[in-house]
Amino acid sequence: MRGITGFVQRWALFVLIVLIWEVVTRLSASPFFPPPSQIGPRMVDLWLSGPASRLFLTDTVYDHLLPSVGRTLLGWAIAAVIGIGLGLLLGRSTVAMRYLRVLLDFGRAIPPPLMVPFFLVTLGLGAPMQLGAIVFGAVWPVLLNSIDGARSVDATKVDTARAFRLSGPQWMGGVVLPAALPKIFAGLRLSISIALILMVVSELVASTHGLGNQLVAAGRDYDMAGMWAYIVLLGILGYAFNIALLAVEHRVLRWQPGRAHAAASR
Amino acid sequence: MPTMLEVSGLGHTYKTKDGVHNAIGDVSFTVNAGELVCVVGPSGCGKSTLLRTISGLITPTVGEVLLHGDPVRGVPADLAVVFQDYSRSLFPWLSVQRNVEFPLRTRVSARAERRERAREALEWVGLSAAGGKYPWQLSGGMQQRVAIARALASRPSLLLMDEPFASVDAQTRFELEDLLLRVRAEHDSTVLLVTHDIDESVYLGDRVLVLSKSPGSITTDLDVNLPDERDQITTRASSEFVELRSEVARLLHGGEPATRPSPSVPDTAANDRFLAAERAETHSTSDT
Ligand SMILES: Nc1ncnc2c1ncn2[C@@H]1O[C@H](COP(=O)(O)OP(=O)(O)O)[C@@H](O)[C@H]1O
Ligand SMILES: [Mg+2]
Repeated sequence: MRGITGFVQRWALFVLIVLIWEVVTRLSASPFFPPPSQIGPRMVDLWLSGPASRLFLTDTVYDHLLPSVGRTLLGWAIAAVIGIGLGLLLGRSTVAMRYLRVLLDFGRAIPPPLMVPFFLVTLGLGAPMQLGAIVFGAVWPVLLNSIDGARSVDATKVDTARAFRLSGPQWMGGVVLPAALPKIFAGLRLSISIALILMVVSELVASTHGLGNQLVAAGRDYDMAGMWAYIVLLGILGYAFNIALLAVEHRVLRWQPGRAHAAASR
Repeated sequence: MPTMLEVSGLGHTYKTKDGVHNAIGDVSFTVNAGELVCVVGPSGCGKSTLLRTISGLITPTVGEVLLHGDPVRGVPADLAVVFQDYSRSLFPWLSVQRNVEFPLRTRVSARAERRERAREALEWVGLSAAGGKYPWQLSGGMQQRVAIARALASRPSLLLMDEPFASVDAQTRFELEDLLLRVRAEHDSTVLLVTHDIDESVYLGDRVLVLSKSPGSITTDLDVNLPDERDQITTRASSEFVELRSEVARLLHGGEPATRPSPSVPDTAANDRFLAAERAETHSTSDT
């Protein structure tokens, strides 16, 4: 019962707003704002009208959407590995942080889309350039949160680890990493949405295929319903990534006080 | 009895931003195998510093520490430490069982044996049923018992304890004190425990070392002539106990060591003053 009530509460307002949008767009009849009842069928038409042998998915999905999603996830994963590994090491080194603080603050302050032209010049047109842009943008939240998390390990744990003569890997993997995980997950969720943004931006600017490219193409053809279909898709992707990561986080961090309760009442 | 620990001329000076701070002066004493020795001193007199130098966590500025004759450089393998702050010392992401098991990795390679040893150690402290819980699901006293089990699981030849019972309520403290006495009797452990609690030092110790105010140095090495079998009510009410604690209180207040082990007229006024100060101290730090 509780689950159903929660579900209704979470989605009622959303459905209501979509309905209002439907009414308003129909009344205004603006060519730039097609009603949801046109966007929905256009989405089916664009992506879900393929042959049964290809799981009803269209060529657009295989040629443009899946590669884009794959690049986003790959770039994000590379950023996660670099960010967590480097972050934990830097976070435990006061000396390294003294030298690198300014550099990190500077790097993080650069709006990542500005790096797209740079990667375009250095890596040329194609997947490596897009990956470069995604990694550069997505690495900062993970890196900075990992550093913070590693620094938050208290002095008693440092003493305890030393008193038990833990090895370097045991200390890093068994104490620093788990202690930093709550912060790391916050960083990971932030960075997946940044990865999504950079995937689109890099494909908008310079690409012959991909989700961003299709979005631009629809706009060029005055296919407003198609354009909105891609915008909605981006929203769905961002939402799905976040939900999936939250689920992983709840599993991995179930040791945290209050987590079990929070999970039970959802 | 063979000598387990030999501390000679130990001193430590911290270098801080505004100069140097002499935390412990000139400390010398020995602990024999199987003994439980308590070091008692007021807060800030360098008790933690003393334990940290003995455990090899920090290198003393002067002096030497020998553990069964070998100089201590870095933390020796057969030494274990129990810290006051159990909630920070335990790993919140591991179950109780895993908390005890995890540090055994450095000395026991077989997973099954680690598991068995951890189970055994939890049994010693009466926590067999709590292995699957997370530390935060346990009371403070139970958490400190987990920390004690974790220390014992490695079967150390010397157990160091830094005010282990200072953060639990009085009732739990009594239980934990008796648990410590029982466990060390069963396992013939050698224990060096520091505390600011006079009664605790006398109740637990075979010997009490009285540490002076900062920079700490040992003013007296007192034999506790109480029967080995101790009881929270009758032992604490016995005249020997009362005399000993008065003597320790007097010494902590800068009194000269008595030529006879127990003075005929205990200085109760000094004792009460000290206890009042100590109570205030405990209150101000209890919520940390
Ligand atoms: N890392 C440190 N750096 C500088 N001073 C310290 C440090 N640790 C402790 N001290 C100082 O040394 C003195 C003794 O501290 P400590 O050994 O913790 O005393 P106790 O455990 O008896 O309360 C205190 O005055 C404290 O402020
Ligand atoms: Mg201390």
